[in-house]
Amino acid sequence: MGLAFALLGAASAALFAGIGSAIGTGRAGQAAAGVLTEDPSLFSKVLILQLLPGTQGIYGLLIAFIALSNIGVMGGTAPTSLGQGLAYFFACLPMAGVGLLSAMQQSNAAVACIGLVAKKPDQFGKAMILPAMVETYAILALLISILAINGVAALG
Amino acid sequence: MAEKNYIYAVARIRTKELSLLTASYLEQLLGAKSYKECLQLLIDKGWGDGTDNSPEHILAVERQKTWDLIADMVDDMSPFDVFLYANDYHNLKAAIKAVYTNDKREDIYIKSGTIDPALIYKAIAEKNYDLLPERMQSIAKEGLDTLLHTRDGQLLDVIVDKAALDAIYAAGSAAKNPIISLYGELTVATADLKVAVRAAKTGKDRKFLDRALAECKTLDLSKLKDAATEGFDAICDYIENTKYSDGVEELRKSMSAFERWGDNLLIRAIQPEIRHPFTIGPLAAYILARENEIKTVRIVLSGKINDLPDDSIRERVREMYV
Repeated sequence: MGLAFALLGAASAALFAGIGSAIGTGRAGQAAAGVLTEDPSLFSKVLILQLLPGTQGIYGLLIAFIALSNIGVMGGTAPTSLGQGLAYFFACLPMAGVGLLSAMQQSNAAVACIGLVAKKPDQFGKAMILPAMVETYAILALLISILAINGVAALG
Repeated sequence: MAEKNYIYAVARIRTKELSLLTASYLEQLLGAKSYKECLQLLIDKGWGDGTDNSPEHILAVERQKTWDLIADMVDDMSPFDVFLYANDYHNLKAAIKAVYTNDKREDIYIKSGTIDPALIYKAIAEKNYDLLPERMQSIAKEGLDTLLHTRDGQLLDVIVDKAALDAIYAAGSAAKNPIISLYGELTVATADLKVAVRAAKTGKDRKFLDRALAECKTLDLSKLKDAATEGFDAICDYIENTKYSDGVEELRKSMSAFERWGDNLLIRAIQPEIRHPFTIGPLAAYILARENEIKTVRIVLSGKINDLPDDSIRERVREMYV
């Protein structure tokens, strides 16, 4: 039972953060396509903005790997109790939840900034920083999930 | 999601907004020494299609470019139909008069409507009103009957113009997007005010006002009719107590100044759409902005053709969206 919960945590991190990134890059991609229809020279700039909401999926994957490496699936030892399994599950939740929401919110910022780049390509630097600010919270969730998984593993 | 997503279309419109006319470009147009120079500036800007450099053709091509662009980006054009209702009802008036006078000319119709003018003519000629959309059926019958019985073309105009305003208002009220709703409200309110002023100046009675004025949220029609039967000053006093009080000063100057004020009011109201990335609003705003610049260019060109002084033309020039 403990292993099942631990696996659920690892899967949630990859699943929800991945869903968020898929939606986010999809939305930003629509905006990028709209701009490129009129001005293909902006490809490299809008591509970077489109990719920004994609990082949460990578973070979710990373958390899933770390969790799987600690719970006996890809290494480490399997949780011996329900409590330990739940602890892994909760450790993965920050990345799952924040990954999903931050990717979707970041895509909103990315779409708006793609519009900005369409009008003022010379403002690309500023346009990239604005959606990147949302990334801060995905990174914080990533850190907490890593620390929590390692902490649960150290507790044995 | 409350409203359909228009991310691709809005991003594309953001790029197209770069080519909208600006206030400084209009100054350049106004500063042109002659009508020909003015026209050349527009051609250099990419206006027209190079096949015919007459102003009417260039303006028609620009209007068509706008609608082609929108049609290229969205699957369902029906949310934008409200912008073309005025053309449909103009064509309805033209068709009724054409049937009455047995006029077969085609150049009396506006091509950019939601209904094919030939279909409107056929519906009127055959009295087969089912060919028309439901919103036009009863008014088409009433219009034709009125003309046949009274031979009063102006009365027909009043009836159909009110029906057009009713249709625009109904479509605006039913729209999910606030910009389209606002368009409906402002179009009807400013039209009502203009009709009331003209009625007051020409001494029309209450019966005429009942026929001509269309309902909207921001005007109390009963009070407006009372004011219109009293006279021009009473209308100004009434408007002072509405959200359109800023327009009184312009109304006292001239009707064209008031029309300009009304157009500017709409353009200012839609300007926030320049920052919205997701909804249909920026697309609707772009259409209105293009219509506004086409109207302004027409004013400038006709001013130049008639050798009006620059200041006189400038007084009629509308504010731009960007």
